Amino acid sequence: MKHVAHLARLKLNEAEIDLYTLQMNSILEYAARLQYIDTSNIEPTTHAVQLYNVMRDDEVKVSLPQNQVLANAPEAEDGFFQVPRIV
Amino acid sequence: MSYREQYEMVCGVETHVEMATKTKIFCGCSTEFGQGQNTQVCPGCLGLPGTLPVLNREAVNLAIKAGLALNCKIAEFTKFDRKNYFYPDLSKNYQTSQFDRPICENGWLEINVAGEKKRIGITRAHMEEDAGKLVHSGETITTSNSSGVDYNRAGMPLLEIVSEPDMRTVDEVVAYLEGLIQVMEYAGISDCKLEQGSVRFDINVSLRKRGSKEFGTRTETKNLNSFSSVRRCLEYEIERQAELLESGEEVIQETRTWDEGKGVTLSLRSKEDAPDYRYFPEPNLPPILIDKEWVEKIKATMPELPMAKRERLESLGLSEYDAVVLTATKAMGDYFDQALEKFDDAKTLANWMMGDLSALLKTNLCSFADSPVAPQQLATLLTLIQKGNISGKIAKTVLEEIYNTGKNPEIIIKEKGLAQISDECQLEKIVLEVISSNPKSVSDYQAGKKNAIGFLVGQVMKATKGQANPGLVNKLLKERLSKE
Amino acid sequence: MKTINKSLDGLHSMLVNKEISCTELTKAFIKQMHCCEPRIQAFLATSEDTALMRAAEVDKKIANNESIGPLEGLPAGLKDNICMQGIPTTCGSHMLESFISLYDATVTKRLKDAGAIVLGKLNLDEFAMGSTTESSAFHPTYNPWDLERVPGGSSGGSAAAVSACEVAYSLGSDTGGSIRQPASFCGVVGLKPTYGRVSRYGVVAVASSLDQVGILSKTVRDNAQVLNAIAGYDPQDSTSITANIPDYTQFLENNVKGLKIGVPKEFFSQELTTDKAEVINKALETLEQLGAEIEECSLPHMKYAMAAYYIIAMAEASSELACFDGVRYGHRAEANDMIEMFKNTRAEGFGQEVKRRIMLGTYVLSSGHYEDYYLKAQKVRTLIKEDFNQVFSKYDALLGPTNPQTAPKIGESSDPLAVYLEDIFTIPANLAGLPALSIPAGFVQGLPFGMQLIGKHFDEGLLYRIAYTFEQNTDHHHQVPVLLREVN
Repeated sequence: MKHVAHLARLKLNEAEIDLYTLQMNSILEYAARLQYIDTSNIEPTTHAVQLYNVMRDDEVKVSLPQNQVLANAPEAEDGFFQVPRIV
Repeated sequence: MSYREQYEMVCGVETHVEMATKTKIFCGCSTEFGQGQNTQVCPGCLGLPGTLPVLNREAVNLAIKAGLALNCKIAEFTKFDRKNYFYPDLSKNYQTSQFDRPICENGWLEINVAGEKKRIGITRAHMEEDAGKLVHSGETITTSNSSGVDYNRAGMPLLEIVSEPDMRTVDEVVAYLEGLIQVMEYAGISDCKLEQGSVRFDINVSLRKRGSKEFGTRTETKNLNSFSSVRRCLEYEIERQAELLESGEEVIQETRTWDEGKGVTLSLRSKEDAPDYRYFPEPNLPPILIDKEWVEKIKATMPELPMAKRERLESLGLSEYDAVVLTATKAMGDYFDQALEKFDDAKTLANWMMGDLSALLKTNLCSFADSPVAPQQLATLLTLIQKGNISGKIAKTVLEEIYNTGKNPEIIIKEKGLAQISDECQLEKIVLEVISSNPKSVSDYQAGKKNAIGFLVGQVMKATKGQANPGLVNKLLKERLSKE
Repeated sequence: MKTINKSLDGLHSMLVNKEISCTELTKAFIKQMHCCEPRIQAFLATSEDTALMRAAEVDKKIANNESIGPLEGLPAGLKDNICMQGIPTTCGSHMLESFISLYDATVTKRLKDAGAIVLGKLNLDEFAMGSTTESSAFHPTYNPWDLERVPGGSSGGSAAAVSACEVAYSLGSDTGGSIRQPASFCGVVGLKPTYGRVSRYGVVAVASSLDQVGILSKTVRDNAQVLNAIAGYDPQDSTSITANIPDYTQFLENNVKGLKIGVPKEFFSQELTTDKAEVINKALETLEQLGAEIEECSLPHMKYAMAAYYIIAMAEASSELACFDGVRYGHRAEANDMIEMFKNTRAEGFGQEVKRRIMLGTYVLSSGHYEDYYLKAQKVRTLIKEDFNQVFSKYDALLGPTNPQTAPKIGESSDPLAVYLEDIFTIPANLAGLPALSIPAGFVQGLPFGMQLIGKHFDEGLLYRIAYTFEQNTDHHHQVPVLLREVN
């Protein structure tokens, strides 16, 4: 659970970990029913309605002005989004 | 540092090439380099909620072209997947990439190291989006308290080309990278501006005892961006791994980073911390089907690639060396072909390009791509020599003048009065003057010292500021001296 | 109240006939909103000033005898996961409390182009994850039919606002039933169109392969008129369909003669109590009397749909919600380094249900589990699609209850798995990308209960025809919540 929380970048307290473990187990237990279906010759569906080759032309569109780009930034300086130390 | 003789290096490279599209891979933002931070950004580049990707057809065209240039099999079915990991330069915290169905597979690239040819396998090549750029407040990522993020680069179209672990020496690795860049540039996949970061290399390297069939444990050093860094990094990493092996320690499978300043590789993360990318198919992008017709259409646009070009140049009578030098960059190769259309003596053209013109460009830190001397101007200049209108020596002066003024050679020659003097009457007069004022040399010649004529020719050339036709001067002098 | 409790056509003709000005009409809706909101709380934000400005513009057009479109000047509401430029899009989450959208969603733009007046943004379960609207970080929404009950979810605000006549219609989103189930609970008409029929651009994704934008309205005809405005190809959504859009109102004929309607027996499983089954059976009788051929059929893999759905939905959600990290927008927590900043931001910004789904989604995609869960679920998805192909080779449409229950009381739903099971009848249509429509079928103990029509891909028109015929021959949609009788 702690590993999953780390992958998902979620800080969870012990109580949350216990609760989620319990709830996840019951959901996964329910989901275990899928294992009884033989799907060996079945292709997976990744798109509800299958389309192919949807592409656009290589034409430049106007980008946003910098002040708009940064309008929602929790912290910005000199046109950059600011983030705390990385390592 | 010395290469430990008992170990053999095994190296494979992942190369990220920025493809030369006008817009990003999934949105219409411009890919132009060097613009102000966060000015080539749209809601999609920012990963704003609700945004969706739309694939740039040109990126797919270029990927197919790259695959063909690298002798790959082009997939009939290809799709995009999400590679999930958190990093502040990744605006959605997943990268749209290709996982199990890449667009190109199973190719090769021929390299030539000291005359020995070898094919390096290409495992696959796939399309993906680039991430943004971090600018650290301190000198390096580890010494910075904060960083700035610029998303201009986020969404630039990349082609990741993965080689087989086929390289056994540092020279082979560098030859592979040079060859790869050359092919990418020739085929028009990328402008391959290494200094702008449009090509980046991840180097996988391991050592094994010579004769062993098994691979040793490898390390991956990420994000190198020049051939010299690759060379230094490899030399360092080989030495480091050899030392570990010799002292009975183990090489740890890990990701490392190259510190250019210190000239060392440093551990970034071990295999245990290896990210779990949780790939799954991108639901917002329908898959791509590539039929024969599409591939043929791209094939028809494929220009001559370096290997074919070298063969053609050799068939024109050039040496292998000349052919290699002339095809080193696409610009130089194109220059040669354009000049060759107007001047058909390939060898002379090659000599001038590799000699005087190269030297001139180098002094001025200029390249063939933006040479002020146009290929047609060089061809005209060489034709003028061929016809005897100017001497080779004068031609060097004219070349410099073209470089500085951009004027055509005929005009420069006319304006500066540099045309060769081939008028016998005019030269006869000067020859007579030189004979009369140099009695010693004349008598030396007549006494059998035939070399003395060289001095006299020199005097005539001096008097004509080098413009006299040397052949004619020689002939006139000999005639006169034998009469006296 | 009488003025505004009308169909879109009714409201439109009042404007055209100058019985009321657009400004007066807008004010009447705003007044209704002010009356209801203290008890309903369907809105997260209102835009009264812009609405009145737009209304004045429409009045000018009318005064100049310019023609106005069927939606022009009529008030709408948007679920608060649909972006509108310059105003907040919160998704009912603290994570986006301060976020202002930089652009209009395609559906927002299309409604604006059609002259719609957006009255505000409507409440939802946080990031559309839930079926009660209780998981909104700001406040719950109350069911106009019984204020002690939930309006359903996740488009609970959208359903309640239409039901309480605070807007003429609203847009919602439906990933596993989020339009149809609240429509059923609130006694309104709710359409989840075919996947790809309506652009998702600008609608905050929770599960891109399942999400679809749709419409909540008072009548079937209203619904078709709004679909006319928002449906169609959008070059900004690669999964949107290029096919031409018919005029959906042309399907609205009072005739179901000869239509073959299949009734999947799985929809009448133990989850459905007798009193609710009766409502549906009565509706089936009505349609049969009107000439439809009703026959029982089977979707054998339906019992696996729930499990497959939640694995896919949560896996996709874990990735869709990764962008909320405190770097570019939204909430940011204090922290000493990047990883801590990410973790604290997401811990503080997301509520319980969102975290639970992210955790589960991350788990099923993680190394060693992908094939057992995610890939397996996608294969089962194929089987479910094939089940539908089978029955649609025989039937024109399917009919069943929208959901097993009527609206539960607030605070009643606590066990996540039990809550998920409530979606059991709605999720198959999302897995297969099919259009599905919920319309009022009747009442159970005074609470509305909906029936669901499921059609072939792009067959919204036929669903409208069946629903319209049913509506014309019953009076369930004329019922109004007690609350409305009180406020006026």
